Amino acid sequence: MSEGTVAKKQKLSVPFDYDKYLRPKKLPHIWCPGCGHGIVLKALLRAIEASGLNKDDICMVSGIGCSSRTPGYVDFNTMHSLHGRAFAFATGIKFAKPNMKVIVITGDGDALAIGGNHFIHTCRRNIDLTVLVYTNAIYGMTGGQYSPTTPLGDIATTSRYGNIEPPFDACKMAEAAGASFVARGTAYHTLELEKTILEAIKHKGTSVVDIIDACPTYYGRMNKYKSATHMMEVIEKDGTVSVKQADKLPPEKLEGKLLRGVLYKTDRPEYCEQYATQVMGKATGK
Amino acid sequence: MAEHKKKLLQGNEACVEGAIYAGCKFYAGYPITPSTEIAEGLSVRLPKIGGKFIQMEDEIASIAAAIGGSLAGLKSLTATSGPGFSLKQEGLGYACIAEIPLVIINVMRGGPSTGYPTGPSQADIMQAKWGTHGDHPAIALTPAYVQEILTETVRAFNLSEKYRTPVIVLYDEIIGHMREPITIPEPGELEVIDREKVTCPPDEYFPYDERFEVPPLAPFGTGYRYHVTGLNHKKDGFPTNDSKQINENNLRIMRKIENHKAEIWKNEEVSLKDADVAVFSIGSTARSANFAVKAAREAGIKAGLLRPLTIWPFPDAAVKELAKRVKAIIVPELNLGQMVLEVERCAGGACKVEGIHRVDGEPITPAQILEIIKKHAK
Repeated sequence: MSEGTVAKKQKLSVPFDYDKYLRPKKLPHIWCPGCGHGIVLKALLRAIEASGLNKDDICMVSGIGCSSRTPGYVDFNTMHSLHGRAFAFATGIKFAKPNMKVIVITGDGDALAIGGNHFIHTCRRNIDLTVLVYTNAIYGMTGGQYSPTTPLGDIATTSRYGNIEPPFDACKMAEAAGASFVARGTAYHTLELEKTILEAIKHKGTSVVDIIDACPTYYGRMNKYKSATHMMEVIEKDGTVSVKQADKLPPEKLEGKLLRGVLYKTDRPEYCEQYATQVMGKATGK
Repeated sequence: MAEHKKKLLQGNEACVEGAIYAGCKFYAGYPITPSTEIAEGLSVRLPKIGGKFIQMEDEIASIAAAIGGSLAGLKSLTATSGPGFSLKQEGLGYACIAEIPLVIINVMRGGPSTGYPTGPSQADIMQAKWGTHGDHPAIALTPAYVQEILTETVRAFNLSEKYRTPVIVLYDEIIGHMREPITIPEPGELEVIDREKVTCPPDEYFPYDERFEVPPLAPFGTGYRYHVTGLNHKKDGFPTNDSKQINENNLRIMRKIENHKAEIWKNEEVSLKDADVAVFSIGSTARSANFAVKAAREAGIKAGLLRPLTIWPFPDAAVKELAKRVKAIIVPELNLGQMVLEVERCAGGACKVEGIHRVDGEPITPAQILEIIKKHAK
């Protein structure tokens, strides 16, 4: 389906200049055919355009993994940091320069395994970071090992007999840890994802968007999905329900499905503001 | 006025004074004995001067946040001790390859592992050089007096900004917690080097421009949109698989330090000119060595002390020269033999080299050193 057809069907008439935000010389990207990361990037760039932010004021920090290669392709202040540590690097940048919009790009392994503690404490501080967790249930960069979101029983190169570790729910953890904005989207629901990311960017405080995405190359092949689109339909389309639909559905229809949309939103003091008013205020006697 | 500048401070408090003097505006740390007083002090001082203090969730996050603060343009510091220094190695390597200025204080305690948290040690000397994986440049400074902790902290910031690299300050628990009267220098009294400002237009800016030995670093958010990565990269900061560029990337970060060793080295010499027996020592052990050398001189032995304030890059030239004109170099150190290996390497058999080692959490005494000086003076 061409870009034009999509636009017509979804009543989107605005032509979009992606090159404004990309580093065209750094393309093509490293992502495999069928990977959803490019779709998420599109949604993110459109959300950034809608936010009206200036490129000079945007900082994008990632960890290590497939999704963490995103900062290399976008024309912002970009940092490809250490595995799991993007939250901490981003915290340093944001805290040093609170006027910058700092976006963290991370994967499920990066954010929830090796970076789990940083994830929790970022949410607890409620520092103004927009966190996008690309959840594809696998370590793609290293060739398909099970991750903290791999479903029970699924196959990976390190769980040939079926995964016995229960998966994490990044949204539940973010909310419990104190993030003031928690949402979920998928690479399948592109327009909804764009709106969700925009809302996350606009929110003041730690905003976490868990983005369900598919890795056809490793996860898909090992778990007998027929194609990338088949994966998107089964995992992203049929495997999720929007929060609005969920209200109308009986519990049995929701079983095994992940909720999409803004799952939690509250106003809570933001870290950098607290530091400026409470700490610096008291220290300087103002 | 002069009286107000005098203070009775412990080493860690002097470190705080040094950081403030150097213009440090960002601290991220995690509580750990015996360096915690640095965090405590800066948590009070930094917010008064518009600086940022944050206690992170762990040591790894602390160095990462400090690197982030530095990349955003603030002079940044993190402080720790043994186990925390082990954890910080990951971030240290990142700061080396990404060439982000940063100062790391390591107040050395007994190890390995949790070891002896309240006891002194000098066992992280090799770790300061080789702790993080891969070949990388290392600058480590070794003050021995409370006053020197202040001045060497300032020098650490200067070197870090000048060479765009992390700089480590190593001192043992004894001087970290010892109180001595010190003088707080007036503004302008000590040199303070600030980061070189980028003046070229953004489209001509390359964060790793090989035309410079040390390319200037534009802070994030100042209109210079570029990429930073821990992967081997080209001059524009983007990763590369090109073997020539990988090689150049790895060699340049070494070269910028190697070519300036003479400016980074700093040694104190005590009665060394006519010495027959020399002691090579740092930190609290050098203080004992100082007493031992004086006692030896009183006993008619021509003893001297070479005390490096820069342990990395290792003072090769000074030790090579010394080895040619003394009978022996004695290396007392609070570990089982680290600096002594470097001294042996530099001496190259030109004189005898003998280590004095202690890992029981107690300092090496002047008497212990004097005994070995006497042995070699015969």
